[in-house]
Amino acid sequence: MPGKLKVKIVAGRHLPVMDRASDLTDAFVEVKFGNTTFKTDVYLKSLNPQWNSEWFKFEVDDEDLQDEPLQITVLDHDTYSANDAIGKVYIDIDPLLYSEAATVISGWFPIYDTIHGIRGEINVVVKVDLFNDLNRFRQSSCGVKFFCTTSIPKCYRAVIIHGFVEELVVNEDPEYQWIDRIRTPRASNEARQRLISLMSGELQRKIGLKVLEMRGNAVVGYLQCFDLEGESGLVVRAIGTACTLDKLSSPAAFLPACNSPSKEMKEIPFNEDPNPNTHSSGPSTPLKNQTYSFSPSKSYSRQSSSSDTDLSLTPKTGMGSGSAGKEGGPFKALLRQQTQSALEQREFPFFTLTAFPPGFLVHVGGVVSARSVKLLDRIHNPDEPETRDAWWAEIRQEIKSHAKALGCHAVVGYSESTSICEEVCILSASGTAAVLNPRFLQDGTVEGCLEQRLEENLPAGCGFCHIPYDELNMPFPAHLTYCYNCRKQKVPDVLFTTIDLPMDAAVIGKGCLIQARLCRLKKKAQAEANATAISNLLPFMEYEVHTQLMNKLKLKGMNALFGLRIQISVGENMLMGLASATGVYLAALPTPGGIQIAGKTPNDGSYEQHISHMQKKINDTIAKNKELYEINPPEISEEIIGSPIPEPRQRSRLLRSQSESSDEVTELDLSHGKKDAFVLEIDDTDAMEDVHSLLTDVPPPSGFYSCNTEIMPGINNWTSEIQMFTSVRVIRLSSLNLTNQALNKNFNDLCENLLKSLYFKLRSMIPCCLCHVNFTVSLPEDELIQVTVTAVAITFDKNQALQTTKTHAEKSLQRASTDNEELLQFPLELCSDALPSHPFPPAKEHLESASSNSGIPAAQRAVTVEKASPVGEGNFRNRSSPPCANSTVGVVKMTPLSFIPGAKITKYLGIINMFFIRETTSLREEGGVSGFLHAFIAEVFAMVRAHVAALGGNAVVSYIMKQCVFMENPNKNQAQCLINVSGDAVVFVRESELEVVSTQQPAANCQPSCTGGEVTT
Amino acid sequence: MTSELDIFVGNTTLIDEDVYRLWLDGYSGLWGTVCGCRFGGAVVLDGRAGRARMSDAVALRVRSGILEQTGATAAVLQSDTMDHYRTFQMLERLLHAPPKLLHQLIFQIPPSRQALLIERYYAFDEAFVREVLGKKLSKGTKKDLDDISTKTGITLKSCRRQFDNFKRVFKVVEEMRGSLVDNIQQHFLLSDRLARDYAAIVFFANNRFETGKKKLQYLSFGDFAFCAELMIQNWTLGAVDPQADDMDMDLDKEFLQDLKELKVLVADKDLLDLHKSLVCTALRGKLGVFSEMEANFKNLSRGLVNVAAKLTHNKDVRDLFVDLVEKFVEPCRSDHWPLNDVRLFLNQYSASVHSLDGFRHQALWDRYMGTLRGCLLRLCHD
Repeated sequence: MPGKLKVKIVAGRHLPVMDRASDLTDAFVEVKFGNTTFKTDVYLKSLNPQWNSEWFKFEVDDEDLQDEPLQITVLDHDTYSANDAIGKVYIDIDPLLYSEAATVISGWFPIYDTIHGIRGEINVVVKVDLFNDLNRFRQSSCGVKFFCTTSIPKCYRAVIIHGFVEELVVNEDPEYQWIDRIRTPRASNEARQRLISLMSGELQRKIGLKVLEMRGNAVVGYLQCFDLEGESGLVVRAIGTACTLDKLSSPAAFLPACNSPSKEMKEIPFNEDPNPNTHSSGPSTPLKNQTYSFSPSKSYSRQSSSSDTDLSLTPKTGMGSGSAGKEGGPFKALLRQQTQSALEQREFPFFTLTAFPPGFLVHVGGVVSARSVKLLDRIHNPDEPETRDAWWAEIRQEIKSHAKALGCHAVVGYSESTSICEEVCILSASGTAAVLNPRFLQDGTVEGCLEQRLEENLPAGCGFCHIPYDELNMPFPAHLTYCYNCRKQKVPDVLFTTIDLPMDAAVIGKGCLIQARLCRLKKKAQAEANATAISNLLPFMEYEVHTQLMNKLKLKGMNALFGLRIQISVGENMLMGLASATGVYLAALPTPGGIQIAGKTPNDGSYEQHISHMQKKINDTIAKNKELYEINPPEISEEIIGSPIPEPRQRSRLLRSQSESSDEVTELDLSHGKKDAFVLEIDDTDAMEDVHSLLTDVPPPSGFYSCNTEIMPGINNWTSEIQMFTSVRVIRLSSLNLTNQALNKNFNDLCENLLKSLYFKLRSMIPCCLCHVNFTVSLPEDELIQVTVTAVAITFDKNQALQTTKTHAEKSLQRASTDNEELLQFPLELCSDALPSHPFPPAKEHLESASSNSGIPAAQRAVTVEKASPVGEGNFRNRSSPPCANSTVGVVKMTPLSFIPGAKITKYLGIINMFFIRETTSLREEGGVSGFLHAFIAEVFAMVRAHVAALGGNAVVSYIMKQCVFMENPNKNQAQCLINVSGDAVVFVRESELEVVSTQQPAANCQPSCTGGEVTT
Repeated sequence: MTSELDIFVGNTTLIDEDVYRLWLDGYSGLWGTVCGCRFGGAVVLDGRAGRARMSDAVALRVRSGILEQTGATAAVLQSDTMDHYRTFQMLERLLHAPPKLLHQLIFQIPPSRQALLIERYYAFDEAFVREVLGKKLSKGTKKDLDDISTKTGITLKSCRRQFDNFKRVFKVVEEMRGSLVDNIQQHFLLSDRLARDYAAIVFFANNRFETGKKKLQYLSFGDFAFCAELMIQNWTLGAVDPQADDMDMDLDKEFLQDLKELKVLVADKDLLDLHKSLVCTALRGKLGVFSEMEANFKNLSRGLVNVAAKLTHNKDVRDLFVDLVEKFVEPCRSDHWPLNDVRLFLNQYSASVHSLDGFRHQALWDRYMGTLRGCLLRLCHD
């Protein structure tokens, strides 16, 4: 018996009235784990029952501990008829299985019912006693830590980054089983929730096993997704990056540096830890065979050197060729060989990370992506999910070959997604081809003088921009110049990536969110024909999305995209493409040329005039944008650079009619890079529309910035106010004469209006930045488009934002000052404990009143707050403090970012991965679709917060809403929604508090000794 | 292109104070007509065409000039308003029992905002409260809300909310022990000021004091609330026994019975004359209206004592304020007594009784007159 799970049911509150006659409830609780069930006594006639049960003990395998959720059901006892269920709570006990995470789960959980939503709360305590049983053949992988965060978690350091892990499990969807016809919707929803919970537990365990075999101890950038394939089943798949992490042990090592995570990383020595962790000891080479022994995709595994058609087109990467740069050349070759040997053993040298330890990323080649269209068939044998595995293996192989074509041996910022409509499924994968430093990929033994040379040779801030491919043997025509930063190596003129902006990258000005939006009609068709139609459309869509991105980037006067995510969704009669990225101006890359418009009929005078008018508008927009985003690169004369551009700039025309019917996405991706000045030929109304749509994108109102990456380039003085939100919109297209143009316009308006609404709603936070703006688009029905946005708004200090160039010393000084303000501004939240020892108590009240997020002047608000506060001093004649004051629910922050501004994450408590279904048969009564979904999302947030709080945490980082599937049937007054969210539960401490604590500690330590001294004398 | 669904949910629930006010004031957030929310492009706000497509609440926000300040469109405003309205509707259930709002997990709202939500929800309009003060909080009164709404110009929705608040607070504290204000504060988490107001409302509703008569129209809610507080402190069961049930709601019946004993002050002619001479001697030269006082003393004294003696009957209790105004305030007013003279007179009038040797109910007199003096001073204004 490797584990004992102990559960105690303490109390309930705010239960619904289940007995109309008495307006009360006779509640009891069933606690179920695996096949064992315990019950509490019935607590008669109360809406706030106090069960205070004994400890219910489950003796279970650790395998079950990992797979099964703890299921708590609250029921109303009924003497004469069947007991009525009030609701359930599923608790994932996984966080209790690692030593460093949570030790106990204890707190109030919302009682959730799939039909009625949240119905009261229940207080539960859960503990696990694990017995180590290392001799057994392990099926469990207890102890492997999981992180959704796509960078090395803040209080850890990476000893080794092992690489890609993936797994998928399939099952029949309970919703489509025959029994569903006779069971209630509630039973069906609960079966589904439970199954998915089980499957994700199993998936996580299997991934954990792979990690253990690779001798890692953690998975970073863990991304788990569900594919609801309808009739053909349910797929749960996950990818991640296996690592060996080492906890930064002493609290003194916590540097208050969340604003600039890179700093923190730098100060920690990364190497020279001979035996940091038991898991990582031992040679890593024999991994190869073991690693994939559990992988179902084994049969498809190919060695990277195997003959692939794509590979034959590209130069042999191993040869290095040494001609890329004079000094870097031989070194590069050496590096490449070494890295390659480290990576070659891997089937897929992929990394789901988007931010890296300094020095890890050597060069970036560009975005690589692959899509394939598949027809779903019923999964006959859930234990052999081979088809799905084969599909993904194929795609990954393609990605790998694309990366090779770019002279890269690895793919970073890698992600996978699907879009399903009826029986057609589009599988997509994308990432950024890169050359990596081998140092982190294997044990520290290989490190030598090479590294020092590496550090010397790679100039900070531009190294990653330098082309990894061979200049003389380029995989595609590209326009190269010498790096504008170091002037030694070649860089492309535009760079697209899926990763975050590296911390040390030299950027000019600020960044901005850039989106390309596209709709394409398609004929309704069945099966094969449908799949073919989609396959034929895909390259066109990719091409157009890319063109749009490129145009918009140029319009912004920028030259690089980070965090690029292209989503293609399939519906019955159309395809939608939505690409989001953050545009920046990289100092290392050349200034982008403008956009030129060429008319088709040059003889027509008025037409000519129109064209020149358009041209002027475009030029004005570019100039305006440069000003807005503060892009003013230093002028560099050609001679200094030593112009490497011999050939005259040729204007190559982009013909709209031309089709590149290749599905080689990578080729498309960079092929535009060669044009210095971008020419748009207006040869028909379509093209006209496109130019118009370019100009319709309205910049955010002043005081607002937006990006889809973790941090906004050019802003580094975040204050601590954050607001995470989800916004969903569904529009119905009028079915009459739909054209591509009308569709595009509708879609464009939908997205733009949504952004406008966000800016309006968050206006009280100005100046602020919307970070990690994540748009997802889906086509739930024939004429419906659904757009879901999750992002976080973070306030920053405007005054400091003006000075963009600062030395580190200045920065830290300023940060210290903002810290003080932060503390002052948020005494109500979490730092109340620290207040007595606060350095500036007199200023407290004033600032406090300024903190609440409304637009009223502080003084006025102070009055209202005082007036409104029921807890005001002296209000109570002779009563003990009111029930409200201190017992309020603790604040839990949620953010899609991996950090919390102005705070230090001190502990990771485990992964949060939750799946909920909500259904209603009284849609109108619940406020229509908006009311229904609004309530549901609020409930999901509440349940996430409750779980985090019960783990002892106060925030969720790297939060993501992976799925929000909404279906309605207004005629039947019904709707159903499925939501899947995940993130990392953490404990954070405000930086200012940390300082207080650290200054207090010595004092506290000396105190006992002082008093002791007194006693002895 | 029509919008089927449009929502925004923040981890911290956004509360817009202005929209909250509109919601509380009962302005509709829904479209007036069934035309659905239009998305494409900005809704042009030129005259009726634009306005017809907006809900009341949005129209009011537009009028506040918010579009010009923020550069938003009416469609954005509509969507924002609907989000807030939905949130408020979901919060309303919790606001009915404010401690629930503090403990619920669904909406993460900073404490200061929670307090604001509660305080504003329970705030009431002066015009409205004057209409229902002292009336039974029953279904019958609820039916009259239509008329009150028309009369006061407060939307019916807002009237209903205010009425339901009164009723809810009444129901909760009705049967409770302990201080009325404390109980209200405890169960509704209101500010001290508002809790006191509610105590007055509950007290008036319980004792059904008449406040609607024409001659009482000049009195504000504040005047009544002031009197209610004095009466709660001195005339209720709680004033003598802090453990009594309903202590602050009901007047002390025994005390009211005893008040009959005061009648001797006016029935016994010697006592009345002696009382008069004591007061006149003390106030000679100090009152501007001395002669009027002297002439009117017996009438005033009879009035005040008779009010006391009648309080045994429920009907007369209800008419307390009518009687006080008729018997004391109006005579003073017709003789143009300055407020200071009223104060001097009342002080002397109550104090002189202690010098009346034949009068044995000094404590009773003080309990009665102490409160009445305060009330009368408050009631004496134009």
